Amino acid sequence: MERLLEVKDLEVSFKTYAGEVKAVRGVSFHVDRGETVAVVGESGCGKSVTMQAIMRLIPMPPGVIKNGTIVFDGKDITKLSEKEMEHVRGSEISMVFQDPMTSLNPTMKVGAQIAEGLIKHQKMHPKQAREKAIEMLKMVGIPNAEKRVDQYPHEFSGGMRQRAMIAIALACNPKLLIADEPTTALDVTIQAQILDLMRDLQKKLNTAIIIITHNLGVVANLAERVLVMYAGKIIERGSLDDIFYNPRHPYTWGLLMSVPTPDLDKSKRLASIDGTPPDLFAPPVGCAFAARCEYAMKICYERYPEDFPVSDGHSAACWLLHPMAPKVKPPIGKGVTL
Amino acid sequence: MSMAENPLIEIKNLQKYFNVGRGAVLKAVDNVNLQIMEGETLGLVGESGCGKTTLGRTIVRLYEPTGGEVLFEGKNVHKLQGQELREFNRKAQMIFQDPYASLNPRMTVADIIGEGIDIHGLYKNRERTERIYELLNLVGLNKEHANRFPHEFSGGQRQRIGIARALAVEPKFIVCDEPISALDVSIQAQVVNLLMELQQKLKLTYLFIAHDLSMVKYVSDRIAVMYLGVVVELATSEDLHKSPLHPYTQALLSAIPIPDPETERKKKRILLEGDVPSPINPPEGCRFAKRCRHAKPVCTEKQPEFKELEKNHFVACHLY
Repeated sequence: MERLLEVKDLEVSFKTYAGEVKAVRGVSFHVDRGETVAVVGESGCGKSVTMQAIMRLIPMPPGVIKNGTIVFDGKDITKLSEKEMEHVRGSEISMVFQDPMTSLNPTMKVGAQIAEGLIKHQKMHPKQAREKAIEMLKMVGIPNAEKRVDQYPHEFSGGMRQRAMIAIALACNPKLLIADEPTTALDVTIQAQILDLMRDLQKKLNTAIIIITHNLGVVANLAERVLVMYAGKIIERGSLDDIFYNPRHPYTWGLLMSVPTPDLDKSKRLASIDGTPPDLFAPPVGCAFAARCEYAMKICYERYPEDFPVSDGHSAACWLLHPMAPKVKPPIGKGVTL
Repeated sequence: MSMAENPLIEIKNLQKYFNVGRGAVLKAVDNVNLQIMEGETLGLVGESGCGKTTLGRTIVRLYEPTGGEVLFEGKNVHKLQGQELREFNRKAQMIFQDPYASLNPRMTVADIIGEGIDIHGLYKNRERTERIYELLNLVGLNKEHANRFPHEFSGGQRQRIGIARALAVEPKFIVCDEPISALDVSIQAQVVNLLMELQQKLKLTYLFIAHDLSMVKYVSDRIAVMYLGVVVELATSEDLHKSPLHPYTQALLSAIPIPDPETERKKKRILLEGDVPSPINPPEGCRFAKRCRHAKPVCTEKQPEFKELEKNHFVACHLY
């Protein structure tokens, strides 16, 4: 498959009065055309900042991209001028946010918000753009599109607003859609509708999707590949089945085990990861997860582990995968002993 | 856990309406009948706006009901006075959803936890301090935390403080209103484990309100499903997941994405059309009829009775 996005050694920091927060500490990954990649991790692990860097939406100052390249469709985004970037943002990469109420403009009709990008980027005639807006609303499953196009966001329900956001994001037929917790604010039945919609549209338009979420159910439902982030680094990556059935990093084990599976009964305790993520003002020298990891060895505190390959496309940054490390049986998954 | 036979709380025909102006009435809770047994966890699920929080709040007297009654140990809680009222306020506590908004930022942790102890005159001076330390230990914090302020804590730690505050007055019954939805996955498990340990240790009764059905299934003995102010199904946690009867429960269960790729690939979803209608002047008949794939003419005319179809499995639906 053809590469669409390639992020290499990305480092992002925020300068605050208390010091420098190293939010993203050397992240590399790629996205191919038309595929769905999920980024999972806890709040503060740097997943949203990574996406903001791709969109060049990091407020600078206080933010700084300290290192790294972001190559999208053959061009390095970090080197584009603001004007060129505006074009990329509207028509090549677009974004759907968590909260559809605050990300829509409350003073603009929904139709106008969809048409805005079309008029600006595709130089469409306003009348034509309006027609296209109606078409988009129909495509995302909003009934009475002809009437809804002239309504304001407050007249829409939560689920419909998120549909409208998706319509705006996809209006210019972008190559990449970044969805940052697109269903977190929605109820489960509405969430199921939105996930279905995203899958359908992806098939139709062949858009690549990066979905950020902490809901592992959503990941299992939508993603083809998964990146697990912790404290500003990608600690494990692999296909959906690699991550769920043969996870190799203790943090991934912890994440997978802390959600109740349908057959878990009350007599058993949920596995929880004790402690909290490290302070990113002064991230630890070694593995950032070591302090919470029950398998931690001496080296884990001293040196950051390299990315050990497990199989094609599947790798994890954990010293347990080193040939000299003791063999540990993963508490989860169908995997073999390490 | 074995279920005690006698109900701690009986909810009878409870109604809570809100006037929203221009003659419109929002029926947040409409004729709900439920019993909460001593020592059990009753899960309460439903989508936003279905009235689950209002129900929880009415039970602990944060709202006056429009009609019906709530009996706690056989006494109507909304008619209590004097000593009995104080006693009820001590025995029934609440843990809130948002650990950021539910702690007073100007009070130290010790004062937040100690407030209830003072009001009910449970402990004084040295004993009071000891008790606060003990509570902090109980919820997995320590006494060094006592003199700090809420902003110095993470979300999970704050939720622990909220739990310590509820436990300070030695309650019997706690309404947990979405206690974990604001927390990260790994922290959710910590808080849920804590709540379950405390229940065993202190013989607590919980009303566990949430919209995350898989977590509710795990913590609850029985589950009640609400839709637009009405309880549509009530069953043991096992039965509800194995054989959901109400079409809404079936749709709700099928909508949850399961963290297992193979299950997800095979699963047939029942997709509901449209959104939850407004609870202001709700439709006649079954509230769910408009979105129901099995709807018959009778569904839009008559509200279905809440009947016991199998042992301990109640459902309000004209299909049965």
